[in-house]
Amino acid sequence: MEQAEKHPSYLQHHFADMAQQTDAAKLGMWVFLVTEVLLFGGLFGFYTFFRAWYPEMFMEAHKYLDVTMGTTNTFVLITSSLTMALAIRAMQLGKKKQTIAYLAGTLFFAAVFLVIKYFEYSHKFHMGMLPGKFYTFEGIQAANPHIFFSVYFTMTGLHGIHVIIGMIIITWVMIRTMRDEFSPEYYNPIELTGLYWHLVDLIWIFLFPLLYLIG
Amino acid sequence: MEQHNTATPHVLPLSLYFTVAGTLFVLTGITVAVSFVHFGEFNIIVAMLIATIKASLVALYFMHLKYDNKLFMAVFLSSLIFLGLFLTLTMTDTMHRGDIDPIKEHPIKKEAIIYDK
Repeated sequence: MEQAEKHPSYLQHHFADMAQQTDAAKLGMWVFLVTEVLLFGGLFGFYTFFRAWYPEMFMEAHKYLDVTMGTTNTFVLITSSLTMALAIRAMQLGKKKQTIAYLAGTLFFAAVFLVIKYFEYSHKFHMGMLPGKFYTFEGIQAANPHIFFSVYFTMTGLHGIHVIIGMIIITWVMIRTMRDEFSPEYYNPIELTGLYWHLVDLIWIFLFPLLYLIG
Repeated sequence: MEQHNTATPHVLPLSLYFTVAGTLFVLTGITVAVSFVHFGEFNIIVAMLIATIKASLVALYFMHLKYDNKLFMAVFLSSLIFLGLFLTLTMTDTMHRGDIDPIKEHPIKKEAIIYDK
């Protein structure tokens, strides 16, 4: 009976202790991140194969992406990754208010990223640089320029969906932090949210040079 | 209660997080600057090298892979190995498809609006 009394509410009864529970949860998250890498991997393949076939078209079409906006978004996303990592660190030290502030900061930078993305997208919609059969822009002479924009919109679009999902999850852990559900002994949901958020940043780190900085 | 200690968090110094973020900013600046210099084939190699360094920093420090159970690192690296296999094996087809039966460049998606004119 003594054992049962020592059992904290956040420790599931099928785990021996917190260390085991935390490791199991993190392992599960990493396995999920593997599936995410492979999901984006298909699109990185889409990019690689078509760039290998049409190098000149990629070179010409990529000049219509806004490098300033892309670079700004890279800085914004790295900053959001930093605030996310600092939110976890604050909870490790039991500083609840700091955790909430850093999570709010992460949400803010995520929103800035999406706003900049919106301006980029609306400009391309306006110019008719749309994917596949919707492509109507006439300024690119190389063959099959619509393929570049199919690649651009599917990759950044799937990434954007991940940013939105990340924002929803960050809001959720922020509310749970406000409800005093986390402590230095138990903050696993924030840590797993962090892993997801850093992966979103990691994918953008590759998307940015591949799409905006072809050379 | 000894086991409980293993669950207490490993807190990294604040300066480490800021150093990593600062390095990521600098590397972003370098990769943008380098893209305006034309090395031909080397541009993509330099860009991917810098991106890989940046990704490693994020994974090792922000995602705590350096300090966590090494099993997580193995799991994550396995995804990259399989991604590499997938891309490499498919590239052997992509790059040599025309070797036996020559193929000509032509519009891939004929129903696209741009080909209506």
